[in-house]
This record gives sequence, C-alpha cells and structure tokens, in this order.
Amino acid sequence: MQEIKIIGSGVAGLCVAKELSDKGLKVLVIDKTDSPGPQSCSWWAGGMLAPWCEGESTEKIVVKLGKESIPWWSKNVDGVIKKGSLVIALSRDEPDLNRFGRRTEEFINVDNDEIGKLEPDLKDRFNKGLYFESEAHLSPRETLKSLKKDLLSKGVIFEKKEFNFSSDLNNNQDLIIDCRGLGSKDIQKDLRGVKGEMLIIYCPEINFTRPIRLLHPRIPLYIVPRGKGIYMLGATMIESDDSKNITARSLMELLNAAYAINPIFGEAKILEIGVDARPSYPDNIPSIRKKDNIISVNGLFRHGFLLAPALARMVSELIIDNKTPEIMSEYIG
Amino acid sequence: MKDFYGFKPKSQLMLGTAQYPSPSILVSSFKKSNASVATVSLRRESGNINSGNSFWSIIKDLNVKILPNTAGCHTVKEAVTTAHMAREIFKTKWIKLEVIGEEDTLQPDVFGLVEAAKILSEEGFEVFPYTTEDLVVADKLLKSGCKVLMPWGSPIGSGQGLNNIFGLKALRSHFPDIPMIIDAGIGLPSHATRAMEMGFDAVLLNTAVAKAGNPIMMAEAFSHAIVAGALGYESDPMEPRDMANPSTPIIGKAFL
Repeated sequence: MQEIKIIGSGVAGLCVAKELSDKGLKVLVIDKTDSPGPQSCSWWAGGMLAPWCEGESTEKIVVKLGKESIPWWSKNVDGVIKKGSLVIALSRDEPDLNRFGRRTEEFINVDNDEIGKLEPDLKDRFNKGLYFESEAHLSPRETLKSLKKDLLSKGVIFEKKEFNFSSDLNNNQDLIIDCRGLGSKDIQKDLRGVKGEMLIIYCPEINFTRPIRLLHPRIPLYIVPRGKGIYMLGATMIESDDSKNITARSLMELLNAAYAINPIFGEAKILEIGVDARPSYPDNIPSIRKKDNIISVNGLFRHGFLLAPALARMVSELIIDNKTPEIMSEYIG
Repeated sequence: MKDFYGFKPKSQLMLGTAQYPSPSILVSSFKKSNASVATVSLRRESGNINSGNSFWSIIKDLNVKILPNTAGCHTVKEAVTTAHMAREIFKTKWIKLEVIGEEDTLQPDVFGLVEAAKILSEEGFEVFPYTTEDLVVADKLLKSGCKVLMPWGSPIGSGQGLNNIFGLKALRSHFPDIPMIIDAGIGLPSHATRAMEMGFDAVLLNTAVAKAGNPIMMAEAFSHAIVAGALGYESDPMEPRDMANPSTPIIGKAFL
C-alpha cells in the first residue's frame, strides 16, 4: 500500500493524519521537532470553536466549514466545552455590538441580568451582550497531545526530522501532504505571516466558564478559560512575519482590555507570553493545493482549530474519492 | 486642481490600508475606489522592516503614491523618529504627521504637531499635518513649512462626518490657495461629498471602507461620492434662497 507522508504536526497535520488513518490509510507524520510544542502556532491558539462569531469579519465559507469543527472535535478528543461564547462591549462601544449582531447569526441578545446569570463575574458591568449558545471551546495543547496519543495508539508513526522539499522529494513517489504552515513559504510564495500576541494568566478569583469577547475599536480581545483559574488572553493581528517578541504596546493593550472586563484581572499572575505568526494567504482563507504527488494544506490564518477538521475531511475525499475540495486553489510555487 | 507638493493625483480620494478583512479585499477595494494615494501606518503594520515584507509588497503592487503616516505617536520625538523610518523604507519625502494628544478622542496635540512639523520640514520632509480646524494652528503649521493641511472632519474612526462645518468653512476661505485634505471621521459617502462640495481638495479615509460589511462596494461608493462633490463645487452651485422660486416660468402660461 502506498504510504502517505504528512509533513508538519500542528493542528492541520494531526487532523489530516487522524482523518486518513481512520479511513484505513497508512500515514507517517514527519516533523522537525517533538511536537506538539511551542514551535507550531496551534500551540498558541485560542481554541475557540466559534464559527458564527467569526462570521463578523470573514467570508461565509469559513462559517460554513467552521461548523464542522464542533462535532469533529467532540467525537475525537475529550475536553470540548459546549457552553457557547459571549460577546460584550463597553457602553460607549455599543455601536460595535450592533454591527457585530448585524453581521452574524445564531445568537441571542442578552441584558445585564442575563449576562450576570451566564457569567456572574460580569454582573453589573455590561448592559448588553450577544450570546452564541451553540459555540464551543477547547484547550489547544491538551487537544493536540491527546490527538497525537490517539494516533500513536493506532500505529501511526511519528518521525522527527526535517523534510527537504528539494532533495527528499526527487526520489520519492509517496504522496506528500505539506502541512508546515508558515514553514511552507519556501514553496508557497503567496503565504505571509500575521503576527499574533497572547498571554496566559492565572487569576483564580475570576470564574469564567466560556470564551468572552470584548469588542473595542482598537483591540478586539478574547478571554478563553482553560480551567483552574487559568485564562488565555488574545490576540493581536499585525501584518508581520515576526514571531519573536511581544511589543510593549500589545502587552499593555491586552492587559488594559482584560482590566476593563473586570479590574480583578489586575491581580492576575502572568504565566506565559506567546508570540507567533499565523500562516495566511492573501484572502485569509485556507486552501488545499495539489501538484504532482504533493497536496498542500495551508493558510489556516486565525482559524486552525476551527477549520482543520473540514480541511482534513476534504483531503481525505480528495485522496480516496478524487473529489475536488470546496476550497481548492491553484498551486503557486 | 491643486497639487500636493507637486503631485497631481488622478483622483481626490486617499485611502488607508489598515483593518481590511484580508489583503485581497484591500487590493480590490483600492481598485474600485480609484484612490490615488495609500496611507500606511508604520507602527501597527510593520513589526520590523524585513519581516513585514509580504504586506509591503502587496501595498507596493497597488501602484499608488504611498503616504506613510506616524499614526499612534504621542510625542514629537516618536513622530520624528517614525518619519525617519518611513523615509528609509518607502524612499519618499512625504509624511502624514500625527501627534496624538488625547487617547479617547485621538485628537491632535497641536503644540507638538507644530513643533514636529517644523523639525521635519527643515529636514526636507513634505509634511501632511493631521490637525483640527483651528485657524491659528493652521497658520503656524504653514509658517513652520507645511504646504498642505489635513484638518479633521471628526475624531479618527468615529464616522461622525464633518463635525464643525462653520470652522471648516472658515479654514477653507481663510487659506484659499492651500491644498487641504479632510482627514478622519468620514463614515458615509455623503460626508465625503459634503467635504468636496465645500471646496476641499481631497478626502482621506480608512475605517469607513475597511469596516463596511462590503468594503469593495463601499470603496466604489466613495469613488462616486468624491467625484460628485468635486463636480458640484466646480460647477458653481446656486445660492440657497429663503423663498420658493418656480422653476417653470409663469409668463407665457396659457390661460384656460
């Protein structure tokens, strides 16, 4: 049987591996590091499965494909929390909340009382909000680890090495699935990085149970609970491939926004600062591309956990049924 | 049409490059808008010079004149340093000078603005100062070397349109020969039309297009709005009257 080599084991690579191995195909996952780990940008993800919220600023196809993520993750890993998400704005930014509501669906309007019932730590702080009941969230790191463990238990082999697309490919007739994210920039010339900065904080005095999004004209912030008083605060979006350092301004803005949500966050301990660059195509929509024996799955932008399941499904349909993916585009190399 | 430091734009719309849903939508919006100038904020979009390359190449491919901007600078020193960086990166003497004085309204610190404008003009920059409609400040900016003024319509990103029609009219008529660009606060195409009808020489906007539900369509709307306002101004509009004035002549009307 032909072996399928998946290069890269971030969220895209692992989801593709899972989908293909479940279909009985023999896959080998190659990554230059012991993943999952901080070198892959899914390590730093928010882990929000929020297709409807994302509809505010993205194309309809992202919403449509993103809906597949909630059942897919629920079926394949533990720890998917289905408590919806809550969108709020300070009273002076209520026009932004109106716009958000106008451009999205599948939510209910909530007032101060209802916000307080959903999240007691927001009581009497916000007059209006939008509650997206069907959304979910997960913890990216636990999820990646558990997906890999599951694959290992089913006999999928993980090989630690750097796959060289010029030399290793020449004498290779295997099917190669390139899931390297921004690492594929060598052969996917229209990929660019969109820098994201995030924080992980510890604040046991606050007990949020679902992702909270604060709309703000300059810094749209989200807070995702990771359990046991740990929260992820994210994330900036800056046109840059830089994935090294957070700027003072970004750090200040993230913390300021958290403080605006509840001043108790002023007492939080900062556990980690994360910076990475999201692999993105010019339209910020992922794409599957095929050339000879290479299939590329890339451009997941800020939608790794949201769209990887749908992309994995499409890759599997492409390989097994020769069905053209809904988001396939020309191979640019 | 007045020129901006010798540059005669093909259209009187200038468009910002921030906040679009994607670079592809930015590019399409620019095409539809027919804008002649793109402003680029050095602080937010760059990270550093080398790493922001992909985005820069997209902006360069727009094939429009680049107006780098010192958005988000709060002090003279920051603004001057940012202007120097911009000159290095974009190889242009143009700089849109913003010195922000107040965090909530993002209104210009006009004292710092005049100071920074003087420094940069003396260094050979061609300064586009983001200012208020204040006549005295305008005069000081001109004396410090600016040959273009960019008065605000209303606070940045507010979409309120032209907040002080009286003040803007006074500014326009006080300095009839100075090229002036209405910058900031434009939310609707009609706001841009109004600015052009008042005799301003161009309009600069960003959020109104980038944050519209359909940025590309809104860009097209603005391209028409700018032309409508400019033609309206050029064609010497009628004066408003207090009384009705029948457009159909009464003399010669048949008695039945």
